[in-house]
Amino acid sequence: MSELLAAREVTLAYDGATVARDVSVAVPAGRVTVIIGPNACGKTTLLRALARLLAPKSGNVVLDGKDIRRYGTKEVARRLGLLPQAMTAPFGITVADLVARGRFPHQELFRQWSPADEEAVQAAMRLTRVTALAEREVDELSGGQRQRVWLAMVLAQQTPLMLLDEPTTYLDIAHQLDVLELCRKLNREEGRTLVMVLHDLNQAARYADHLVVMKDGAVVAEGAPADVLTVELLARTFALEARIATDPVSSTPMVIPVASLERHD
Amino acid sequence: MSAPAAHRNASPTVAKHAARGSAVWRWRGLSLAWRPRRAAVVLALMATTALVAAVAMTVGTFHVALADVLAILAGRGEGGVAERIVMNIRLPRVLAGVFAGAALGASGAVFQSVSRNALGSPDVIGFTTGAATGAISQIVLFGGGPNQVAVAAVIGGVLTAAVVYLLALRGGMVGGYRLLLTGIGVGAILGALNGLLLVRGALDDAVNANLWLAGSLNARKWTHVYPVMLGTLALVPLLALGARRLSLMEMGDDLARQLGVAVERTRLLSVFGAVLLAALATAATGPIAFVALAAPQLVVRLGGRSDLPVIGAAAMGACLLVVADLVTQLAPLGANLPIGRMTGVIGGVYLIWLLTRGRNL
Amino acid sequence: MARRPLVVVASVALLAVLALLSFAVGTKPLAPSTTWDAVFDFDPANADHLLVRYLRLPRTALALVVGCCLGVAGAVMQALTRNALADPGILGVNAGAAAAIAAAIAFFGVTNVTSYMWFGLLGAALAGLAVFLLGGMRRGSSPVRLVLAGAALSIVLLALTQVIIVNSEETVFDQFRHWTVGSLQGRGTGVVLPVSLLALVGVGTAFGLAKALNAVVLGEEVGRSLGTDPVRVWSLTALVVILTSGAATAAAGPVGFVGLTAPHLARFVTGPDHRWVLPVSMLFSAILVLGADVLGRVVAPPGEVGVGIMVALIGGPFFVYLVRNRKLVQL
Repeated sequence: MSELLAAREVTLAYDGATVARDVSVAVPAGRVTVIIGPNACGKTTLLRALARLLAPKSGNVVLDGKDIRRYGTKEVARRLGLLPQAMTAPFGITVADLVARGRFPHQELFRQWSPADEEAVQAAMRLTRVTALAEREVDELSGGQRQRVWLAMVLAQQTPLMLLDEPTTYLDIAHQLDVLELCRKLNREEGRTLVMVLHDLNQAARYADHLVVMKDGAVVAEGAPADVLTVELLARTFALEARIATDPVSSTPMVIPVASLERHD
Repeated sequence: MSAPAAHRNASPTVAKHAARGSAVWRWRGLSLAWRPRRAAVVLALMATTALVAAVAMTVGTFHVALADVLAILAGRGEGGVAERIVMNIRLPRVLAGVFAGAALGASGAVFQSVSRNALGSPDVIGFTTGAATGAISQIVLFGGGPNQVAVAAVIGGVLTAAVVYLLALRGGMVGGYRLLLTGIGVGAILGALNGLLLVRGALDDAVNANLWLAGSLNARKWTHVYPVMLGTLALVPLLALGARRLSLMEMGDDLARQLGVAVERTRLLSVFGAVLLAALATAATGPIAFVALAAPQLVVRLGGRSDLPVIGAAAMGACLLVVADLVTQLAPLGANLPIGRMTGVIGGVYLIWLLTRGRNL
Repeated sequence: MARRPLVVVASVALLAVLALLSFAVGTKPLAPSTTWDAVFDFDPANADHLLVRYLRLPRTALALVVGCCLGVAGAVMQALTRNALADPGILGVNAGAAAAIAAAIAFFGVTNVTSYMWFGLLGAALAGLAVFLLGGMRRGSSPVRLVLAGAALSIVLLALTQVIIVNSEETVFDQFRHWTVGSLQGRGTGVVLPVSLLALVGVGTAFGLAKALNAVVLGEEVGRSLGTDPVRVWSLTALVVILTSGAATAAAGPVGFVGLTAPHLARFVTGPDHRWVLPVSMLFSAILVLGADVLGRVVAPPGEVGVGIMVALIGGPFFVYLVRNRKLVQL
């Protein structure tokens, strides 16, 4: 299993406050990797470092066998796309305009709209089923539609590697499944490598080929969901007493919470 | 990634763009995307500006007919008083207005984008106050003439902007909000210095400084016009090239960076260019209120939103200033209405009107 | 917790020291014993005693009143707009007073500071009222609209002021430039008394509102559910800000920045409870204004530097330091 993207003993800090220390993690090519962990465990920070948005204090991030800092920033953007948690849609922008912005890394001064740009945007809107919304303003859309539009923007970027930070937040359960199924489709049919941060343990177990569990800025477990998700691990990392059953639909592990082990005093 | 051979037509073609409102021209492997509606707005604004400018050149104590003005501009003047008045007095005045307005408009567009705030303008990083400090100290302390004052204003403004930028820098990053706060603090200190200079200076000097502060297009010479004209012609296209990146940054630094925008470098370069534009405008006319604030907002309302309209804002700024100047000259009040303040009155009333209509700004 | 009372006691002590300094310092420095006698053993035939009694005593009192007013106005504004950047100046009060005084000098030939005060008060009150009405006219209070309305009205008023000045004699500008930098020089009891009275009403009302402000800071919804009546709080706050910052501006000219920084400092020391923020902000602001005034008298002899300038020169760098080095204390 070759790795497309990897963090090698990275130490990550904001303004002097260290968030993660000496973390190593590898993203296997052609798979769906899901990162889980309790709040404030450094998931988002790690994702930002993998996408070269945050420079590690020490250690390095390796993309395709080469230090990510040695690529031009547009070159990285053609290989790796990230959907962050917080985005602002500029006031009054239309869906098609927003999705078209995903083509920025492929454009140049005198190549502003190639046939490839047009095709990528149309395909991205089709896949996320927002083609009918193309002329609508993003502000007018519902939360679920808006999330699909942002996803379309990153899709239009047409990167072999996509990092998604909690792509299912703000969505109701049906739309959550919708997005996750779409991600799986991208992986299975188009061979894209995916890294997602997810909150829901059962969704993580169902959609991950490779599960990474983080706590307090460190990776505490890594591997196939069935191997990683144990009663003991849930107690240790999530302070959760739980049982583990088998998901009757996908035959992946299913977490059934029993009680919080956090002492509230 | 090379375009398929089928698209390598020998002659330019018009192609489809996913976003309606955008048009595409293709020729061989090259392509240009543009927005017809926005182009129309820019052309209309330019035409209006030219028309108003021509009319403005007929106005004054010595009336010159429009036909004569046009003939003189075309180089077919008959010499004499009319030609001297138009070429040496009115044309420089009008051009100073056009290019200062354009510079302020473009500068405002960039600042509103960088600060992600509809009230953003070069003032937010203390620029105008700093330019005033430069000009006032030149007038009061050194008794410099108009040219020295202009140079001092530019130095003061640019220096202030640089100091604010450096003070706001932390860990290699300048957040939009921190930039704004630092600008307020530094602006307050410089404002106090300006007050001190005005109070401590000799009355004549203080009066002169105060006149400069009011902003004016009176008695502009070609020496006022050239710097702002050349600067605008050079910098506005450059900023327009960076507009795409600034638009992406409005969606959030992370998103822009992941799309391949060098966020901090883009921010530094565009702020630098915008400050330079504001400095050149201020050197030519003194401080002009509100054009930088209003021009980008107005052009967006006319031309639609999408990417940052740097050129549109420049055209709108030029148009606004030239119109305001003509109106003040024609106003039958018999009073000296400094153009820099009249734009403030007109703009402020407009803002209040927006508020009473309950618009969300 | 004894920290907050301690801060109050220390501030009052510092104010007392500054007040004594203020009696002694000036173009003619006086010995501490002379100033002591001038206050407690007044001799009408002694020129030094007269100087203290009729010039420095009212001036010191005015500095205290102006300082208290600005500190309270700032704290109240920041609470009401839920914006740590709000300063009484954004209500258009300064611009209103400036426009009224420019008009008074240019059109009515007013030349003495006592009359300035009345025009200033009128202008400040009208501008403040207009901004509050514009900012809250539709759907009750909206902090953002308030700030925008203040900014817009200020632009217009300041532009008009400039137009008046540019079109008048040089002497008008000469008078106006001295008012516009803020000064406590030459204000007699004719200014001190009415301003103190207004300040008393304003500050008293503000203290009465302290608990309501604690609720308002949490947002309109929460405030309502905690039992405050937003309309009442909104209009009383308007009254407080117009009274206090209007009185201060009318008396001393525009003194910026105290209203912005003093509440920050106060919150830093006391935490977010307005029952403490208000008085501590008031004391800090008084210290800054009185200290700036005393310093302004000695910093550039033979003349003095106006208190408005001194305050910004001291407060500005401090504010930049705050912005650079810490997260601004949120409300």
